[in-house]
Amino acid sequence: MKKFLSTFGFWKVVAVAIITTGLYSAYIRFFHGLGASTNLNDQFPWGIWIGFDVLCGVGLAAGGFTLAAIVYIFNIKRFEPIIRPTILTAFLGYVLVVVGLMFDLGRPLQIWHAIIMWNPRSVMFEVAWCVMLYTTVLALEFSPVILERFKMIKTIKAVKRISIPLIILGVLLSTLHQSSLGSLYLIVPEKMYPLWYSPYMPVFFYTSAIAAGCGMIIFESFLSSRAFKRGLEMNLLTEISRVCVVMLAVYATMKIMDLSDRKMFSLLFVPRFETYMYWCEVIIGVIVPFALLSQKRVRNNPTGLFIGAIFVVAGFVMNRMNIAITGMEGWSGTSYFPSFTEFMITVMIVTIGFIAFYLIAKYFPVFTHEEHHEEKEVAHAAIAWKRDIESVSKMTEMRN
Amino acid sequence: MLKKKAMLIDLTLCVGCNACQVACKEVNKLSGDEEKTLSPTAYTALQEYDGVFVRRMCQHCDDPTCASVCPVGALTKKSEGPVIYEVDKCIGCRYCMQACPFQVPRYEWSSTYPRVHKCIMCHERLAKGLPTACSEACPTGATKFGDRDDLLKEAYERINAEPDKYVHKIYGENEVGGTSILYLSSVPFENIGFHTTLQTTPLPQLTWNALSKIPGVVSVGGVLLAGIWWITNRRQEVQEYERKMHDTNNSSNGKE
Repeated sequence: MKKFLSTFGFWKVVAVAIITTGLYSAYIRFFHGLGASTNLNDQFPWGIWIGFDVLCGVGLAAGGFTLAAIVYIFNIKRFEPIIRPTILTAFLGYVLVVVGLMFDLGRPLQIWHAIIMWNPRSVMFEVAWCVMLYTTVLALEFSPVILERFKMIKTIKAVKRISIPLIILGVLLSTLHQSSLGSLYLIVPEKMYPLWYSPYMPVFFYTSAIAAGCGMIIFESFLSSRAFKRGLEMNLLTEISRVCVVMLAVYATMKIMDLSDRKMFSLLFVPRFETYMYWCEVIIGVIVPFALLSQKRVRNNPTGLFIGAIFVVAGFVMNRMNIAITGMEGWSGTSYFPSFTEFMITVMIVTIGFIAFYLIAKYFPVFTHEEHHEEKEVAHAAIAWKRDIESVSKMTEMRN
Repeated sequence: MLKKKAMLIDLTLCVGCNACQVACKEVNKLSGDEEKTLSPTAYTALQEYDGVFVRRMCQHCDDPTCASVCPVGALTKKSEGPVIYEVDKCIGCRYCMQACPFQVPRYEWSSTYPRVHKCIMCHERLAKGLPTACSEACPTGATKFGDRDDLLKEAYERINAEPDKYVHKIYGENEVGGTSILYLSSVPFENIGFHTTLQTTPLPQLTWNALSKIPGVVSVGGVLLAGIWWITNRRQEVQEYERKMHDTNNSSNGKE
């Protein structure tokens, strides 16, 4: 208990320190401009706020639409216990992407212009609309949790009535903008290092986001099981990790096909910075987690599963940062490393995300999702299971 | 409809007097002294490579990458040639800077309410029938303003008249689908800071290839997802019904 208190105190201190520095950085950003607060310049106009806050923020929230599709479209209801925290992670992820954008945009108060000033040829325009709509969809998908707390039964019923079209819309919007974040970079064929630039970037972004989304579901479940001292849904998480392994395999296969199509294999062995970063990303994000999570022994072990998920997420972040920064440095002729202010604002945003998750999960029924209903469901499942076994044994008997 | 205007910049005629930049700063009301690189206060600048002066400025592409990527349409191509910027629309995402294959747009990094700066080809003067300020100021005729078709013809004539002097290429004729600024040079373009590996088709086509698939993804995807739900939901209903029947059968069996 003593130990727990001291750890809790430690994290509180860290959070306060991060937010104080972050707020000071925010002051510099908004009162002295982007030049004073970032290492960006005319040759390198997009940095860590786009690379991490936007590309990774949106990608890591992909668990939301993946799990929503599993539970509501494919009707695999046994995953219901983890749907609420996953939707919450996704919703917070998107809100924080918008917060990050407010720092990055030169004229943040004009962000609403995309609503009325249209340019359908722009990928950014499409991403803006998708993010706007999908954040609304996520808010609606999560709203029953808030409404339940205040016992607004009628409104819950109204939301549930439109839930299937809402989920379908969410999956479509996610498919569009997860891939479109890759399309953003289709416009720079000369600028991006050819190990990363590919006409298939939209597809790579989509598949890797699903893999990373699965990794995040596992990661988030572990953290909340520790924070709230609750059990782990190990059986569900192992299955999620299987989805992750399959997505990693699909991703790796496509990447290999792409490199061979573009005849870029030789680039893998050119001794230069980009090559090393590429190998780091592939080893950490694809090879190691695939080797780990494809083994039953590791998947069924909580620590093994957690470590595997961390590798997936870390590799995903490296991939996005490589595309946004490493891959763009060579052509631009400059090198970029985020300034302390840029870095602290990103860390502050992530910290706020953790705190918001903790508070919402603490005060709203995120983890106690329709316990009663669930029990019934489990009981039904047990009956069905028993019946299946009976019929199978009957069949074998008959055969004999 | 107006004929597409252009400027032909013959680097062999440029003496580096900087009159173009001076005129440009005056017309666009930009402050500051002579500048050697593009900046928020220099829409054009002369860079020297071993006695060769290269005039940098916006290329005014026929199918501008910047205009295609801008989410709010703050950058647009006018039919008579100029690519213009409307500051009131801009949200400051800097995608134009990221995407421009010539690395032209410049940003007010020190401002708290920054805007993009680049050459706008004196579009207000053009509307009045006047030539661009820089071409008017050029004392040697290194920068010549005119209809793009005529200038291309003239550029070929100059190359043919002195084939030993010029590199046999007009930079801007085909780069990213053609631009409104055309260059002639006696030094290979790659040696004087030009990107000569640019593709000859417009870059916006690359993103359009992806964007044009959206209606297909939405309609097919929507039908597919709804269909999957319809099937899995029915399966669930049947299961539930069967279970109920099973339960009632069991209980009735029990009574007997």
